Amino acid sequence: MSAEQSPKIVIVDESPIRAAILEDGLREAGFTEVVHIREMQSLLARIYAVDPDIILIDLENPSRDVLEAMFQVSRAVKRPIAMFVDQSDSASIQASVEAGVSAYIVDGLKKERIKPILDLCVSRFNAFAKLQEELERTKSQLEDRKIIERAKGILMKVKGLNEDEAYVLLRSTAMREKKKIGEIAQSIITASEMLK
Amino acid sequence: MTAPLRIGFIPLVDAAALIVAVDKGFAAAEGLEVELVREVSWSNVRDKLNIGLFDAAHLLAPVAIASSLGLGHVKVPIAAPFNLGINGNAITVSPALHAALMAEIDGDRFDPMVTAKALAKVVAKRRKAGAEPLTFGMTFPFSTHNYQLRFWMAAAGVDPDEDVRLVVLPPPYMVDSLANGHVDAFCVGAPWNSVAVDLGIGHILHFVSDILVRAAEKVLAVRQVWADKNPDVVASLVRAAVKGAEFIEQPANLAEAARILAQPERIGVDAEVIQRTLTGRLKISPDGTFRESGRYLLVGREEAGRPDPVQAAWLYAQMVRWGQTALSPEGVKTAMSVFRPDLYDAALGRRPPEQAPAAFGAFAGPVFDPDNIRGHLEAFGVGRWKA
Repeated sequence: MSAEQSPKIVIVDESPIRAAILEDGLREAGFTEVVHIREMQSLLARIYAVDPDIILIDLENPSRDVLEAMFQVSRAVKRPIAMFVDQSDSASIQASVEAGVSAYIVDGLKKERIKPILDLCVSRFNAFAKLQEELERTKSQLEDRKIIERAKGILMKVKGLNEDEAYVLLRSTAMREKKKIGEIAQSIITASEMLK
Repeated sequence: MTAPLRIGFIPLVDAAALIVAVDKGFAAAEGLEVELVREVSWSNVRDKLNIGLFDAAHLLAPVAIASSLGLGHVKVPIAAPFNLGINGNAITVSPALHAALMAEIDGDRFDPMVTAKALAKVVAKRRKAGAEPLTFGMTFPFSTHNYQLRFWMAAAGVDPDEDVRLVVLPPPYMVDSLANGHVDAFCVGAPWNSVAVDLGIGHILHFVSDILVRAAEKVLAVRQVWADKNPDVVASLVRAAVKGAEFIEQPANLAEAARILAQPERIGVDAEVIQRTLTGRLKISPDGTFRESGRYLLVGREEAGRPDPVQAAWLYAQMVRWGQTALSPEGVKTAMSVFRPDLYDAALGRRPPEQAPAAFGAFAGPVFDPDNIRGHLEAFGVGRWKA
């Protein structure tokens, strides 16, 4: 592989969205040879067919152990692949494990060529995690809103309040009890169902 | 109370002592707050232990040794103050391979030498017929499963690197891979062998205790530097694990232990299947044949919890035999120093037992002597090691 050529990168990830985010990032950074493997069956055969310089795999993937077998002496291995784990790289390893990604590198690939790829992986994986968190939060906010609407309805009916008054009552109770407004709303719904 | 400990585990029955120690409150009684973290791969467990995201882990004994030797990965010295399990693996074969083996069998089908010879005949016939070599699944390059499969087949002259294919498969994928023909057999821990039999797609050919009477399987692993810095925590952890193991080994507690282990965030399979493993009474064939062994999986009895450095030396010898490392006196010493009976004894406040632990009882080869690994290697015809 000459210095000008883009290294061949394989992304092993069952999440198509995360893989796409990573692939986009790599392409933007000028790494044009990226292959995404989603199917875990015959994983090694697929990897050997692509013959990559770098393999990126997410840590939620049980098939990581399959990749470890590539370093073993075996007639099936076409060429040696060593992991990016020199004793000096502990900070990079820490960052990547925490982000949830692991990299496997073909022996002989220069360290300075790998570093930007790994850094990019870490930032894209973290970005994906954040995106997921936001999605979860939005989902639970939506859920809360539905619950609050129902609780308001109950208060309006039982206590003869208008909508604004019902909301103020919910909010002030939540503040006094140091709870989330959604939790108070949920207890009103539960209580009213029990009292039916 | 100390800071909460994060302990990684793989959902397998031999994590039982650890899981019960935490979920039955034995760890809390020792003043330990523990968060058990379920993991999906041995690579993850190893890496998270190595970099300190885990304080301790349920770990394949050979991975602890490989990590201390710097094989296949960063060199991080590991200490194993408690042995989580002795034995517990089994070799399961597809119905087709089972039929082929039984057609060639000449003698007791539970005798591993008899089955290994039958395997050699099946392999030879397939080669003659131009068929694809048989494929065997195992869990990790540095795994008891890898070495046990190799030890067994090589005894009858089957070369595990030349005559068959050995592939790594994550344990949860084993059963599917056997069902869809990606592998013809596998060696894995509980509960996966039983799951395959229950689905009618596999026959348990051997309990590993047929091949080795006593084989260290998983250890409770910590970083050596961490153990040095936190001797009290290590001692508490060992005591909690010992209590967990003792609890499980009481027949009256079996059902409760199985229920604890079956929880979805722990092992997550049927309690009945787990109980079968713990009692050592396993359905070995889809036709409903059962086989019972008092040695299928030892969690605490027969001093199973006390790490035995001779076991570490045997595992090291297998790494050498199959070309994963070169034989050296320092290597043997490092491997043996991973297993820490001294920490175990200190935690329990007792003196080392007078009697040496029971030996391997390997079905082939001479009695294993850790001071003569070369002799062990020379006793076998098949191997990848270089003198």
